[in-house]
Amino acid sequence: MNDSVREAWALLPDYLGQHIILSVSALLLGVAVSVPLGIAAARSRRFGTPLLAAVSIVQTIPGLALLALFYPLLLALSVLTQDLFGFSIRALGFLPALLALTLYAMLPILRNVVTALDGLDPAILMAAKGVGMTPRQSLFKVELPLAAPLILAGIRTATVWVVGITTLSTPIGQTSLGNYIFTGLQIENWVFVLFGCVAAAALALTLDLLLALAGSGLALRSRGRLVAAALGLVAVIAAAMTPEFVAARTTGAHQGIVIGAKNFGEQYILSQLMGSRLVRAGYSVSEKSDLGSTVAFRALGAGDIDAYVDYSGTLWGNILHRTDMPGRQAMLDQLAAALKKDHGIISLGSLGFENAYIFAMRADRAQALGIKSLTDLAAHPDLRIGGDFEIFSRPEWRAVAAAYGLDAMKRRQYQPDFLYRAVMSGDADVVSAFSSDGRIARYGLVILDDPKSALPPYDAMLLVGPAHAHDSKFMAALKPLIGSISLTLMQQANLRVDRDQDKQTPTAAAAWMDQRLPR
Amino acid sequence: MAASRKRQAPLIEILNLSKAYAGSGTQAVSDFNLSVPEGEFLVLIGPSGSGKTTTLNMVNRLVEPDGGEIRIQGQNVLDSDPVMLRRNIGYVFQEAGLFPHMTVAENIGVTPRLLGRDDAWVEARVHQLLDMVRLEEGAFANRLPAELSGGQRQRVALARALAARPPVILLDEPFGALDPVTREAVAADVRAIHDRLGLTTLMVTHDMTEALLMADRIAVMRDGHLVQVGTPRELAASPADDFVTQLIETPRRRARALAETLNA
Repeated sequence: MNDSVREAWALLPDYLGQHIILSVSALLLGVAVSVPLGIAAARSRRFGTPLLAAVSIVQTIPGLALLALFYPLLLALSVLTQDLFGFSIRALGFLPALLALTLYAMLPILRNVVTALDGLDPAILMAAKGVGMTPRQSLFKVELPLAAPLILAGIRTATVWVVGITTLSTPIGQTSLGNYIFTGLQIENWVFVLFGCVAAAALALTLDLLLALAGSGLALRSRGRLVAAALGLVAVIAAAMTPEFVAARTTGAHQGIVIGAKNFGEQYILSQLMGSRLVRAGYSVSEKSDLGSTVAFRALGAGDIDAYVDYSGTLWGNILHRTDMPGRQAMLDQLAAALKKDHGIISLGSLGFENAYIFAMRADRAQALGIKSLTDLAAHPDLRIGGDFEIFSRPEWRAVAAAYGLDAMKRRQYQPDFLYRAVMSGDADVVSAFSSDGRIARYGLVILDDPKSALPPYDAMLLVGPAHAHDSKFMAALKPLIGSISLTLMQQANLRVDRDQDKQTPTAAAAWMDQRLPR
Repeated sequence: MAASRKRQAPLIEILNLSKAYAGSGTQAVSDFNLSVPEGEFLVLIGPSGSGKTTTLNMVNRLVEPDGGEIRIQGQNVLDSDPVMLRRNIGYVFQEAGLFPHMTVAENIGVTPRLLGRDDAWVEARVHQLLDMVRLEEGAFANRLPAELSGGQRQRVALARALAARPPVILLDEPFGALDPVTREAVAADVRAIHDRLGLTTLMVTHDMTEALLMADRIAVMRDGHLVQVGTPRELAASPADDFVTQLIETPRRRARALAETLNA
């Protein structure tokens, strides 16, 4: 526990700093776009009604989905700008997060601008005209000052929303306080989860209070309050920009190596392990964790990250769109060739273990039902099967379901770490799991055989981005890891992070592993 | 005096003015003709919907006429820039129309500032006007409209209308929301200031007593038409029709009832 708290504190300046910069940028952009649009919308119903409807629809898109949608959008745009103008934009991280959050900030501000301007006393507007103001003077000297309190209320609502939703920018590669929450949820480190929630709430409240102070300063015409609020806001932003906060991993600045990690414990450990090897070789290194599976691959191809570990079966199905099973080594060879040819990505080879999709049951339950393999499962269509968020839409599941006739089974999706809870408590009868997970043995689960070899092999492959194709120093730092991590070693390291008692952080588990590996 | 004024060229001349509001189908003002000589205090009177406020608002183009002409000092207002026109005509709105986020001094100074007057000019003018409308500068200059009584607000509105030294002042039912005592005091001050500054004033009201007491001439309107125009005496002596007779009768009847009650 103490370790977790200490590690969480150490990460705070970076996470909080980036969180502030992102949410404040999105809010400023949101205000800059929404206020003029709101004025135009209040002036013309024909423009205003469809605009408000469109922005309301955007608001109904779940935050995570909206953020995720901007990644492929920017990726396509990036390809376009590369073709047209010879430069590419970064599709991962700050930019997509900024755009999505700006859209989110727009609705409350826009709506309040329109409501405030619509609600002004017509007699006052008539008076403004009557004393000889032009429409522009009326807007700036009378209408906006009178609408200001309501507009500010909209900005305050947007602030609280945006600071909260900024935590969701973690999976698209933008560091935020969400890193605590996503990582914490994956490795069941509740200290991390709580830390992220409390820090985000505290930031939202602080910004809201400062805006409230500015509002009362406007209402009471108190210069003191306005100055205090402005100083407070500047202090928050300045704090986020100090070197301690920004650390080495400034968004956008591309100095140093970025190691990617998907959203589970093994990936965190391996990215730390690769990172420590590269640091020892003299590189400055940062991590981008909690990336979606395909997001990580695209990010590597685009140069947003420099290296990460992926699994052969995953790439075979999702990237090459192959369903045939050429055998373990053939798959590795064909993958290495295809990735190099189509994406410029270098495979250094297999780390030495497999993290395969498997299906597992409680031993007593399997015995009672007489189930030993996936073939036996077909006779029990009433059983409930639990999977992570990806499995049922992946080609692996389609292959298994087709091979063994499992389409009728009731499916449930769980956050990966809750799968074990689900099968142990009986919420699910069968669960998907990963072969390198230390908890399979720990909980005494039995792995169902796959006699038809419907599930592909999942060798852990170390992938390196196109920029390092001829970087021999870089390759040399990572090469010793190839072929040296046994399944048992990985399971033990994973268990250190995943177990309930005496839990370790991924950094500590990576260090433990590092000592047991060749240099 | 009155006789000499009438010989002067009219300061405001309204010719064949007409206005219909889109969608209403009825004519708000039709074929309206009126000449107002310089220095006259003219009251437009009539029941609700008779077109008197519409007529007033067409003078400074808050409402655009459909047809006809309005000449001020010989110049057709439809040929002038509406914004500059409004800056040179004072306007006192129903219920004052003060800007709630501006202090008394800022409200009064608004038109001079739009005309580019500097701080010193505006400050001196505000001082002068507060004095003229009998509000103590130290107590009122920095207050917000919400902190004033109805009568005080109307005095500030008058000061604001006068700030840029316009030759013409328009007042739209300026005393409607005031209690009788305040009403009488503010009305007397308005008339006194009109005389002192030599203004030409158009005021709209539906209160005949007020019209009789304040006006040099009264223009009676009904259904968008001008029914009769004349001095209070002329209207009383020879009302044009039953409608005007009734309008004049009301204050008379009240005066008689009042006399009887007080003498009894």
